[in-house]
Amino acid sequence: MNHQDQLILTPNIDRADDFYADLLSAHEGLSKPESDALNARLVLVLANHIGDRDVLKQALAAAAFHKGE
Amino acid sequence: MNKIFEIPLYSYQRSDDQDASSPVRHPVVVIGAGPVGLAAAIDLAQQGVGVVVLDDNDKVSFGSRAICFSKRTLEIADRLGLGDPLVDKGVQWNLGKVFFDDRKVYEFNLLPEEGHKRPAFINLQQYYFEEYMVQRVRDLQEQGAPIEIRGRNKVSAIGTHDDHVTLEIDTPERSYNLEAEWLIACDGAGSPTRQMLGLDFVGRVFEDNFLIADVIMEADFPTERWFWFDPPFNKGQSALLHKQPDGVWRIDLQLGWDIDKEREKRPENVIPRIREMLGEDVKFELEWVSIYTFQCRRMEKFRHGRVIFAGDAAHQVSPFGARGANSGLQDTDNLCWKLKLVLDGQADESLLDTYDVERIHGADENILNSSRSTDFITPKSEMSRVLRDAVLDLSEQYEFARPLVNSGRLSLPCTYEGSPLNSADALNGPERSAPGSPCPDAPLGDGYLLPQLADRFTLLTINADAPDSFEEAGITVHRLALSTQDDKTRALRERYLGDNDSAVYLIRPDQHVAARRPSFDDSQFRAALRRVIGKEHSA
Repeated sequence: MNHQDQLILTPNIDRADDFYADLLSAHEGLSKPESDALNARLVLVLANHIGDRDVLKQALAAAAFHKGE
Repeated sequence: MNKIFEIPLYSYQRSDDQDASSPVRHPVVVIGAGPVGLAAAIDLAQQGVGVVVLDDNDKVSFGSRAICFSKRTLEIADRLGLGDPLVDKGVQWNLGKVFFDDRKVYEFNLLPEEGHKRPAFINLQQYYFEEYMVQRVRDLQEQGAPIEIRGRNKVSAIGTHDDHVTLEIDTPERSYNLEAEWLIACDGAGSPTRQMLGLDFVGRVFEDNFLIADVIMEADFPTERWFWFDPPFNKGQSALLHKQPDGVWRIDLQLGWDIDKEREKRPENVIPRIREMLGEDVKFELEWVSIYTFQCRRMEKFRHGRVIFAGDAAHQVSPFGARGANSGLQDTDNLCWKLKLVLDGQADESLLDTYDVERIHGADENILNSSRSTDFITPKSEMSRVLRDAVLDLSEQYEFARPLVNSGRLSLPCTYEGSPLNSADALNGPERSAPGSPCPDAPLGDGYLLPQLADRFTLLTINADAPDSFEEAGITVHRLALSTQDDKTRALRERYLGDNDSAVYLIRPDQHVAARRPSFDDSQFRAALRRVIGKEHSA
């Protein structure tokens, strides 16, 4: 498996605190159903950006705390 | 005016078999004169196999029922001699629109691939399909082919034996007995044959009801496919609008499982829904209404000794993606050449077990695809609905989400990958024509490739030498010699050669690829032929 097929699970976000604040503010003022919908759309947008099915499978496993392949 | 589905097309007529002193034995008996049963009968009769079709009715199917016939079905129909009337009558469409809640989220143009004789699919009422098939049966009879349809012949008992099947048949007169060397059961999802033999019908079960209405619209309405998710006129469910010939529109309204069928079917309940769907100004007349219930399941095995199941009798899918009648025709396409070889003593009965292997693979693929469509259309949990709605909302803004929208995937023919009848791929060629694949069509001079592949084994050579024919295991294989010099559109190169300069293909009578190599090799192609008739098992 080369580098690009590997899900990154080490710190990779530039100025992580700023990103986290952006994420929270995107949800600010939203009801629970609206937030759920936003999260769902976000997952789909990010998944499409990644595109690679192997990486997506690893991401699903990592998020579910299952060992990746 | 009487509708075609109200006129008896194969009225009861007393057969000589009913007066015979002992039961008459036929090579093949088919139960069910629907599209699948008639396809089997026509296919066999064209090859000279005597076949009797029994049906408990005497008319074509009531109402439109199956309405989408795929390119592969039309290619099979060409081989059965009825492609032209189907395509001439059928409606072709390219524009689809997807609606979510009260708005259109996007539209798409189908833009099918060029260089095929037949379109991606046509819309046609099942009763027309059956009518043309009955006409084809009549034409074959006139040419002296051994084929019969016996209307109002209801099979009431079946006896299975090692080398034949016995049938007890009720008619408007006395009942009579008949024997068949082989019985093909094409008697639909509720298959009485399956029940009489006490056979299983298992799988993941979805339960849903669809209100199906055929309406005749007075005003012009565009020839497009409209699909609604969660529309205001059918909250929480789906709806589909599709055009058929004769100005008839097909409307499918999903109703869910817990409903009062009789109440939903009443015109006073149906008409307001349709008015809301089409708009207040659109004038329409209701031609036919029915409630359709489906499950997704299949039999564990399609062959039970001398009884072979095909079509909905063997497997049932949701209506999304037009996989019912279309897969049934692929069943008989797969079965009939094998049965012919077995009847002629050129192959062992075990060849018929590969019908199970190949068509169960096809059925599982169809069940998978249609289950996925069902899961998208009818989310089974709160989060699955949230994700589904997210896909639809995104599809309105961004192109990337549109391929995730699943209102039924176009039915494509199954590739028999890994089938024991395939020889190892010896050509580093295009994936789409690898062993097991249905041959892709290509323009050829003034015509097309597929009509050149008759009901027999073909050695297709492209820029390659080979004998004009060769004989192996009692079977003669004829060569079809092609050259890329005549390949103006380059479709032949793209679909069969890839980066190779030449190729030789062994093609089965059902137009699936059995073997391919860069050049002709006598012993390799003889082995490939033995393998495809089940006479060579080592790889």
